[in-house]
Amino acid sequence: MSFRNTPLAVIQDVDKETLLTPELRAEIDKHVAKYPPEWKQSAVMPALTLVQDHNGGWLSRELMDQVAAYLDMPETAVYEVATFYAMYDLEPVGRHKVCVCNSISCMLGGAEELMHHIEKKHNVAPGGTTADGKLTFKEFECLGACRHAPVVMVDKAYHECVTPDAIDKIIDDLD
Amino acid sequence: MAENQNTVCFRTMHLDARVRHTLESYRSVGGYRQWERILREKPDPDQLINEVKTSALRGRGGAGFPTGLKWSFMPRSKPDQKYIVCNSDEGEPGTCKDRDIMRYNPHQLIEGMAIAGYCIGATIGYNYIRGEFYEPIARFDEALEEAYAAGLLGKELLGSSIDFDLYTHLGAGAYICGEETALLESLEGKKGQPRFKPPFPAQAGLYGKPTTINNTESLASVPVILEKGGQWFLEQGRPNNGGPKLFSVTGHVARPDNFEIPLGTPFRDLLEMAGGVSGGRALKAVIPGGSSVPVVPGDVMLTTDMDYDSITKAGSMLGSGAVIVIAEGTCMVKVLANLAHFYAHESCGQCTPCREGTGWLARVLDRMLAGQGRTQDLDLLDNVAGRIGGRTICALGDAAAMPVQSFLKHYRFEFEYLVEHGRPLVEAA
Ligand SMILES: Cc1cc2nc3c(=O)[nH]c(=O)nc-3n(C[C@H](O)[C@H](O)[C@H](O)COP(=O)(O)O)c2cc1C
Ligand code: SF4
Ligand code: FES
Repeated sequence: MSFRNTPLAVIQDVDKETLLTPELRAEIDKHVAKYPPEWKQSAVMPALTLVQDHNGGWLSRELMDQVAAYLDMPETAVYEVATFYAMYDLEPVGRHKVCVCNSISCMLGGAEELMHHIEKKHNVAPGGTTADGKLTFKEFECLGACRHAPVVMVDKAYHECVTPDAIDKIIDDLD
Repeated sequence: MAENQNTVCFRTMHLDARVRHTLESYRSVGGYRQWERILREKPDPDQLINEVKTSALRGRGGAGFPTGLKWSFMPRSKPDQKYIVCNSDEGEPGTCKDRDIMRYNPHQLIEGMAIAGYCIGATIGYNYIRGEFYEPIARFDEALEEAYAAGLLGKELLGSSIDFDLYTHLGAGAYICGEETALLESLEGKKGQPRFKPPFPAQAGLYGKPTTINNTESLASVPVILEKGGQWFLEQGRPNNGGPKLFSVTGHVARPDNFEIPLGTPFRDLLEMAGGVSGGRALKAVIPGGSSVPVVPGDVMLTTDMDYDSITKAGSMLGSGAVIVIAEGTCMVKVLANLAHFYAHESCGQCTPCREGTGWLARVLDRMLAGQGRTQDLDLLDNVAGRIGGRTICALGDAAAMPVQSFLKHYRFEFEYLVEHGRPLVEAA
């Protein structure tokens, strides 16, 4: 078999009660309960998402290590996951994430103009954060809502058929 | 045409938008009757699988593999735990149908997964939903709660000996996790890198156990197939192309939307439903099955029907059913560069031809668009694409290569013009 099909489980010598917060542990436990007991690592993605949300939108190495310890995973296995998926940020981010889809349907619908507009108006390049720390601006691949092109995901909400005027209003309304 | 629309996955669409996703709404259109019948009568799973085979339902995720046949590969009598996994990772540019199934009719997906589980001997199912789908995830989770509370999911259902537990699994942003073995790796808590096959998931899938993976739309079609019969479903479409199918029509159309219409509907009719080409422009080209399939010139599409076999004859593939419409006045080099960047960004990096080749394609196209193209670049593109296709672990490599070859075939003069003049033949995107 060309793939590894056993959990990587390493038991770290830490008191799990000291990791993360009780609320986060309870939330993570709900995900862990979905998988076979020896496959706690299946919950690593939702766990990282929860921890990231709780930490203002990004994951520090220390937090990733705590997730690893909590799920009995090697730390590197958690880093591998955190670096692979687009929704994890490994450096501090703005208070809000503005993710503009620029895949084909959205491009045909005017996503490029929208991106240029944001770039100019807020003086921020894709991947960057505005000087006031309000926005992290990202170019995203297809968000799966192409019939509403161009689509922008602001934090957890999708905005549809977004024009430059509309994005101004959306951004103005953020704290 | 209207009476033929929304007959399967979108059959709750006509109900009150505020409540059409609820258990009560789903029951009002006949929902869960098939699952309850199975729990009461315990029919022979082979009989159900045969019904699905008769329906000629082909996988809606992109590959078009017959669903009934796929289910029959599962070693049902083996004592091992088996799994049914739903692929709701929907990330193929242009495709936005599974999201709407989960938003508007989540219970039908639950019923379809439960039935599929019964057919293949799986008592546990996972629905892998991409992480960005906050709203559909919440909808699906709500529906799961309702179904558990109503005793439709869980253990010893309706007093039978049948168990079925179903869970949501959250992705975190990676197109490659839509590839079924990458999805399994991701479900196992790893980065989503496709597995080498064989073994196929039916032998060694999730946690090394026999697993069937199906697309959201494929699974959500199953309750209606059992209710109305495989023959009925087949007759909605064409021989070998059973049923209606969801088409996401996007790009340069007046009213982009999802349309659930019979397979075999003329493209011309579908375009009309979407309000025609926007801005009164002429049709230039269509990518008929998601960004991974070859582009087809507009005039060819206008005489083609929307089913697997007809689109294949037209030189492309039906894929996920994402119909990307491109109007006259669009620079095809720019369109191709957009696709190339997508694949370069989403390559998981395991295979050298894909990892390096997708980057090359994107850079060469960028160079051309920047007015620095060379005459050899056309052959270079063709050559690089040819060296990716068929040489990789998963089909992402082919998906990156195929558009290049088809764009060069049909729109070569635009690439040549750009190289020669340093600016595109048509300016607009
Ligand atoms: C790169 C790549 C991406 C894919 N993305 C998806 C996807 O987002 N959703 C999906 O259902 N299938 C996707 N597929 C196809 C799956 O691998 C698989 O064939 C499908 O989920 C099987 O279900 P079906 O037979 O019901 O279509 C993708 C395939 C590849 C190679
Ligand atoms: S073809 Fe590309 S995406 Fe697929 S396994 Fe190889 S490197 Fe990864
Ligand atoms: S292309 Fe933008 S949401 Fe799909």
